[in-house]
Amino acid sequence: MKVLEIAGLTRRFGNLTAVDGLNLTVAEGEIFGLLGPNGAGKTTVIKMLTTLLPPTAGTATVAGFDIRRQLAHVRASIGYVPQLISVDGALTGYENLLFFAKLYGVPRALRRSRIEEALNFAELREAAGRQVRNYSGGMVRRLELAMAMLHRPRVLFLDEPTVGLDPVARQAVWRQVRLLAREYGMTIFLTTHFMDEADILCGRVAILNLGRMAALGSPAELKRSIGHADATLDEVFAHFTGNSLETEHEWNYRDISQTRRNLARLG
Amino acid sequence: MNGTIVTSPKLDATLPGSVNPIGRWLGQCLTLAEMELRKLRHDPTELLTRAIQPALWLLVFGEVFTRIHAIPTGDLRYMDFLAPGVLAQSVLFIAIFYGIAVIWERDLGLVHKLLVSPASRAALVLGKALSAGVRGLSQACIVYLLAWLLGVKMNWHPLALLGVAVTVLLGAAVFSTFSLIIACIVKTRERFMGIGQILTMPLFFASNAMYPIAIMPNWLKVIAHVNPLTYEVDAIRALMIQGGVTAYGVGADFSVLILALAALTTISARLYPNLAR
Repeated sequence: MKVLEIAGLTRRFGNLTAVDGLNLTVAEGEIFGLLGPNGAGKTTVIKMLTTLLPPTAGTATVAGFDIRRQLAHVRASIGYVPQLISVDGALTGYENLLFFAKLYGVPRALRRSRIEEALNFAELREAAGRQVRNYSGGMVRRLELAMAMLHRPRVLFLDEPTVGLDPVARQAVWRQVRLLAREYGMTIFLTTHFMDEADILCGRVAILNLGRMAALGSPAELKRSIGHADATLDEVFAHFTGNSLETEHEWNYRDISQTRRNLARLG
Repeated sequence: MNGTIVTSPKLDATLPGSVNPIGRWLGQCLTLAEMELRKLRHDPTELLTRAIQPALWLLVFGEVFTRIHAIPTGDLRYMDFLAPGVLAQSVLFIAIFYGIAVIWERDLGLVHKLLVSPASRAALVLGKALSAGVRGLSQACIVYLLAWLLGVKMNWHPLALLGVAVTVLLGAAVFSTFSLIIACIVKTRERFMGIGQILTMPLFFASNAMYPIAIMPNWLKVIAHVNPLTYEVDAIRALMIQGGVTAYGVGADFSVLILALAALTTISARLYPNLAR
């Protein structure tokens, strides 16, 4: 069953076409990766699919609901972990979980067991009573993933889930993402610009360049498609985007300073 | 981790129409306010630092102006006249900078996560307003204590206390929602700080917080009459102190504040999603 169907999805900001006629379907239970250099339109795609941004043209259905017309239903069916921090540092890990369990309307009878389960899942039982501002970056990310499983979404959107994490913390996040797909049957839609992450985690990937789909397939298929099977996904990426990771769509000063500031806070 | 393998997760997020919508809506507002209360409990030192400003107004400004009888306040001692104004002012100062907190949450990504949740936009806005109200109430306790220590003749009647609490909640909600609207428009902390300063002082001075409207020039009287702070102060002045009088009637004061809150909530619920774009 297709849990995500994207048809002609387009978003323009003034003269800039950030996403240009994207077509894509994702099956239930897949771990799907959207790759692309900075500014390729990955975050814009996620914002449209999560109802944060209305499309300029085209549409998509998420779990069978139209992102243009059935916003409330889409929201109830998805989980979302934004690029940077989405937990409240002044609250404890437990309180953050409680907050979202309540906000998402997890039934009272299930709340306690779900929060327990989420704390185990994130390996944060001991840290549950501490304020999140004292957590390490890896702990924050694990907590965010745990928050996203409280209401059992059918599709989980992860925007750059391991940016700014050390190798050990990244592996913990990968382990969690796989568990969510395998044990809970969630469909995972993630963006990344780390090739190793896509290679290890994703069944299929799409490469987005300047708002358009440049390639689509399993990592192995994409490697074969450029002619040598022992290519790395990095080489595939360079082949399809025509350049290395930095492109003409550089982040502006504000984005960079904000990212650095937030990363510094993540520790 | 439970070992069972689920092929298709069952949704339990409340879909529209699946439970009593008003109950769900109120629950979402209260959840936001509950988290604010929990934050205050984790970091109570903030309450003390917040107490400094009203203390200075009452101790320095209040004491001096009570002595020189410069402001005609009828039968009321100036200190008694001023205490309700200082309460309203300290609530205003807390509420007006709520927009900053929201911009901070936006820079982090928390706003995005809230907006992706099934909670209604109006509930998110009003939940923030209620959070400001919670802080406003903590401020009210401090100002009550200070005023009582300075010999202000307080009205301790339970209904009067309840009335002040409701007024403080409404006032904080009105100005925090106003602040949220500004945050949604300017979107950055630097710009907000500038505008916040520009707005706070006129709101405060063009009201009956420190002096009766009767002594103002006509043009200022007009501004004071459209300033919701005037009605907040009027209600608090009627209820907080012995012999307090109201110029417009507490019922009218409440009506103005509720109408202002409804209008501002409608606008900010509409603008709030802009923060995530």
